Amino acid sequence: MSTLAHWRSSFWTAVFWILVAAGIYGATLRYTPGLGSATHLTDAFPWGLWIGFDVMCGVGLAAGGFMLVATVHIFNLKRYKPILRPAILTAFLGYVLVIVALLLDLGRPERIWHALVMWNPHSVMFEVAWCVMLYTTVLALEFAPSVLEKFGGATPLRWLRTITIPLVIVGVILSTLHQSSLGSLYLIVPNKLHPLWYTPLLPLLFFLSAGCVGLAMTIFESWHSSRAFGKQLEVPLLNGLGRLLAVLLSAYLALRFTDLAQRRELSRVIEPGGEAYMFGLETALLGLPAVFLFLPAIRRRPAALYGCAFMAILGFVANRLNVAVTGMEAGSGTQYIPKWTEIAVTLAIIAAGFAVFRPAVKHLPIFEPVET
Amino acid sequence: MSKAMLFDSTLCIGCRACESACAEKWGLPYNDRIGAEERISAHKLTAIKTHGERFSRRLCMHCAEPTCVSVCPVGAFRKTADGPVVYDAEKCIGCRYCLLACPFSVPSYEWSSRQPRVRKCDFCEERQEAGRPTACSEACPTQATISGERTALLAEAKRRMAEKPAAYYPRIYGLKEAGGTSVFFLSAVPFEQLDLNTQLPDEPLPGLTWRALSQVPNIASAGAVLLGGVYWITHRREEVRKHEGGGKERLS
Repeated sequence: MSTLAHWRSSFWTAVFWILVAAGIYGATLRYTPGLGSATHLTDAFPWGLWIGFDVMCGVGLAAGGFMLVATVHIFNLKRYKPILRPAILTAFLGYVLVIVALLLDLGRPERIWHALVMWNPHSVMFEVAWCVMLYTTVLALEFAPSVLEKFGGATPLRWLRTITIPLVIVGVILSTLHQSSLGSLYLIVPNKLHPLWYTPLLPLLFFLSAGCVGLAMTIFESWHSSRAFGKQLEVPLLNGLGRLLAVLLSAYLALRFTDLAQRRELSRVIEPGGEAYMFGLETALLGLPAVFLFLPAIRRRPAALYGCAFMAILGFVANRLNVAVTGMEAGSGTQYIPKWTEIAVTLAIIAAGFAVFRPAVKHLPIFEPVET
Repeated sequence: MSKAMLFDSTLCIGCRACESACAEKWGLPYNDRIGAEERISAHKLTAIKTHGERFSRRLCMHCAEPTCVSVCPVGAFRKTADGPVVYDAEKCIGCRYCLLACPFSVPSYEWSSRQPRVRKCDFCEERQEAGRPTACSEACPTQATISGERTALLAEAKRRMAEKPAAYYPRIYGLKEAGGTSVFFLSAVPFEQLDLNTQLPDEPLPGLTWRALSQVPNIASAGAVLLGGVYWITHRREEVRKHEGGGKERLS
């Protein structure tokens, strides 16, 4: 038993260091000869995996933070408090890793501050840049109490408490803007993005699907934490999140198909080709949990609930990659398959997220919130 | 007055003098191998494309309402009063949204540089300002490419079409595409046969994102009121419950 556990942990440690080594190699390649050596990006296909997955999915997967913060602080549903801090930690880590990915993807990362002083309010990217900066700051402040409680910063803690509510409201608004603006980015390419994904509703659809994946991630991370730390799973809470997830997913899919029908593009769903296939995959991964999670029997079983949340997460990732990659290929007249170094860097970033989450949860009061 | 360019595919002989003049102006290398590359790139800011016996040209279209100007987060692109769309490499952070967004797929990136820039034709801004033609139109031996005042060039295009109606497809490419451009194409055949994008909307693209962006202040203010309101209601309820004494607080 203990040898098995030992082997298991050394296996994951080895995987972790291999991923980190490959990621460092990829990052070195990116910073020394340039983006062209580390990626398969071209003039015709300037955004790849790092934007499509690391940034677009990273921001979405962090949505559990603002969902839970709003639930507990605005809607005053205090029973959700036990899973609030893990959700904030996930969101904060997510945003930090998104910034890491941006520093890799930007051609001139040392100029990232330019967006602070050289304004162009007509650019969605300008809105995105400000949302990233401001919301990361908000998340840092929302996460700070866990650190201050541990290391005894009574005065700053008191200050933070007094601004909690305005901070929470600003955070929820920034999240709303940020999640939707990632969809707005693609409003400018009606001639390049496939009609299965291009719609004037992109901002709204991105916001709704981010809400879905925020809930799914909260279920996902609670399940993993309970296994890793031998903690009791908050089944009634997750049951509630699961029910809300079913409702949100159904609303999202209803809007998605109504929009396709109204734009008279519904027939493309069965048009043979890679796009329709990937659309089917995305829809199935979001649709199955939408149906299953309406069944109380499924929601009561942690493993089934976890499976549904995981499917929804995969469906969300499929949707973002379809917008950023699948849907853009035909319109750009090119094909994009990420270079292995792009994948290596991405995996290393995910590994870094797990590696920081574990000690943070272990050493900081994340699962044992002090009463306020 | 606004500057423009007219490219008449029926007169182009594919000599590529425009390409080499452009390379010389930018200090870029030019030889037969680069000449054979029939697409624009970071080291080739204009290109002749062969379509059987016909030729077409690629270069920045210098849109009336440029998409690149609207999408750049740091305002590295600017449309000058004269018409050229120019780029300031010192501002650029390298997000490459301009490459993604340009309806004509014009901007190129220096993918193998450690300090990469976006490259694209600048319509020979400094030459045009001094009243001279662009380097490419000066080099063109057949008047296939000419540059000058927009109104005069459009009149010239119409004159050529009226003089030899059989030689021309009866439309000018660039008048309406994505809200209109400063580079106009004439051709003997429909423009899609020159691989030009004829599916572009007539409206300028920046309006598409502005419709969403202009909602930001509304969402922010409505959101603040809504969230503040919900907070007040839910916490007021709790207070009332406390005061009435009967309520059991359900603090976890």
